[in-house]
Amino acid sequence: MDTLKLEEFASQVRRDIVRMVAAVSSGHPGGSLGCADFLTVLYQHTMTHNPENFTMDGLNEDIFFLSNGHISPVWYSVLARSGYFNVADLAGFRKLGSPLQGHPSTDKNLPGIRMASGSLGQGLSCALGTAETKKLNGDKALVYTLHGDGELQEGQIWEAAMYAAANKVDNIIATIDYNGRQIDGDCDDVLSLGNLSMKWQAFGWEVLEMDGHNMADIIATLDKAKSMTGQGKPIVIIMKTEMGQGVDYMMGTHKWHGSAPNDEQLASALSQLKETLGDY
Amino acid sequence: MELKMKKIEVLGKKDTRSGFGAGLHELGKKNPNVVGLCADLTGSLKMDAFKEEFPERFFQVGIAEANMMGMAAGMTIGGKIPYTGTFANFSTGRVYDQIRQSIAYSNKNVKIAASHAGLTLGEDGATHQILEDIGMMKMLPNMTVVVPCDYNQTKQATIALADHEGPAYLRFGRPSVPIFTPEDAKFEIGKADVLIEGTDVTIVACGHLVWKAIEAAEQLEAKGISAEVINMHTIKPFDAKAVLDSVSKTKCVVTAEEHMINGGLGDSVAQVLAQNTPTPQEYVGVNDQFGQSGKPDELMTKYGIDTVNVVQACEKVIKRK
Repeated sequence: MDTLKLEEFASQVRRDIVRMVAAVSSGHPGGSLGCADFLTVLYQHTMTHNPENFTMDGLNEDIFFLSNGHISPVWYSVLARSGYFNVADLAGFRKLGSPLQGHPSTDKNLPGIRMASGSLGQGLSCALGTAETKKLNGDKALVYTLHGDGELQEGQIWEAAMYAAANKVDNIIATIDYNGRQIDGDCDDVLSLGNLSMKWQAFGWEVLEMDGHNMADIIATLDKAKSMTGQGKPIVIIMKTEMGQGVDYMMGTHKWHGSAPNDEQLASALSQLKETLGDY
Repeated sequence: MELKMKKIEVLGKKDTRSGFGAGLHELGKKNPNVVGLCADLTGSLKMDAFKEEFPERFFQVGIAEANMMGMAAGMTIGGKIPYTGTFANFSTGRVYDQIRQSIAYSNKNVKIAASHAGLTLGEDGATHQILEDIGMMKMLPNMTVVVPCDYNQTKQATIALADHEGPAYLRFGRPSVPIFTPEDAKFEIGKADVLIEGTDVTIVACGHLVWKAIEAAEQLEAKGISAEVINMHTIKPFDAKAVLDSVSKTKCVVTAEEHMINGGLGDSVAQVLAQNTPTPQEYVGVNDQFGQSGKPDELMTKYGIDTVNVVQACEKVIKRK
């Protein structure tokens, strides 16, 4: 898919995100909008996967873990529009009985999801386990993860980071959504992450950086990351993003991390986001 | 007076953790999907034999239990059956949220093998003597909770859990204790063993307290009291029928466990009785206290979970009928 098509896909994903959270007056639009471009490229260009025949074991398929589960709206939209389940099911987001739980869950068998997430800091460990199983199985496919930058304040992330380098888990590509913001404010004010790139390097990871809103850069960086797998080191991409990307009043602030727009705000957001694939 | 009680034969003496190690080693030979993870306690968990024979399936994660639980959950994706190994305290309280989200809620086929449970860990003291773990684990939906009573049963339970799809908690301990279950007895998850039949009082016990219950039954018989002893090795799913069948004869029950009274085996028994047939019950367990350093036997006495306490509880509950 060319970059124009990817941008059109991502624009529809952004419309889905704001409509989903507005419909139930809850959810996390900020980080979801910021990761729409990345997840679009991952599912539409980078990963080898089989949406029509989802299996929990995902043998010989690339597997993705969303560690910062609160940005479930973007994942649900990308999964649905990649063919994992009906786009119309997005209307069930956060509603009673729907498999589209507030945070991702395997509990109601939503295709595309292999691990619950929401309580932060756990996804990298889970991904490492799957990466080790792939090695035991002789499965050459890769494991991808996404983490919030604020999530890196959780200690378990660094337990996993240490394990991966020490054990040469080189079939994993982790990505950090580096938007610099978390619920209480800027990460620098809440608990500074310091020099992230140097931290990951010091933990023994190959570190790449990319612009999370430039389709060509995302494609190229993910391709480069893939080419670096199998060489004895885990890989992390520090992805610069803007929380709320695509909706002017949600950008430049942490305030839309976990707040939903009202009807008027929704109309304003939708006026800024082109409908490309058709609303659900 | 004629002594009629079935005599329980002692086959030897060993620690239950060695039963786990032996079971895991045997599993390694017969099931290529079984993998072991350990957080720097390989010797303590008796996982050495598995590690030596199947190094490619053994994962040393270091002192990082949260990562171990997450990795175990992830390893099930692709068909592995992970057994995590560390002390019971670090297998539960330390990583409750990881177990809750990545293992129980995600319904992953992880077996949490927990050694050094309870007071009988001994000299290390309260920081390591977890007495709340059964409660924490049984409260989690999807979780199976198994507390075997001796070496043989721990070995068989370890093996049986590999064929049971879903998350499970397997609790065992450090001290050398009598072996009295048959070496080849197949372990049936969720089906209690009636070890001794009796008519005056039911003793429902798990783990190290099963042997204490047997000793208590022998002492009670000498006093003319006929005690039925049930080995409730599976706390969840709970064999309610075994309890109800027994109390229909005895009309009273004593529960015995190396665990807090709050949230343990006794509470599971009480729940069944309250809902079906309210019955006098006495608890032998630790009463809302932390442990302390000492020898295992001294601690059992100090905290009131020894044979004498089971005997006294039986005499007391019989009077309440």
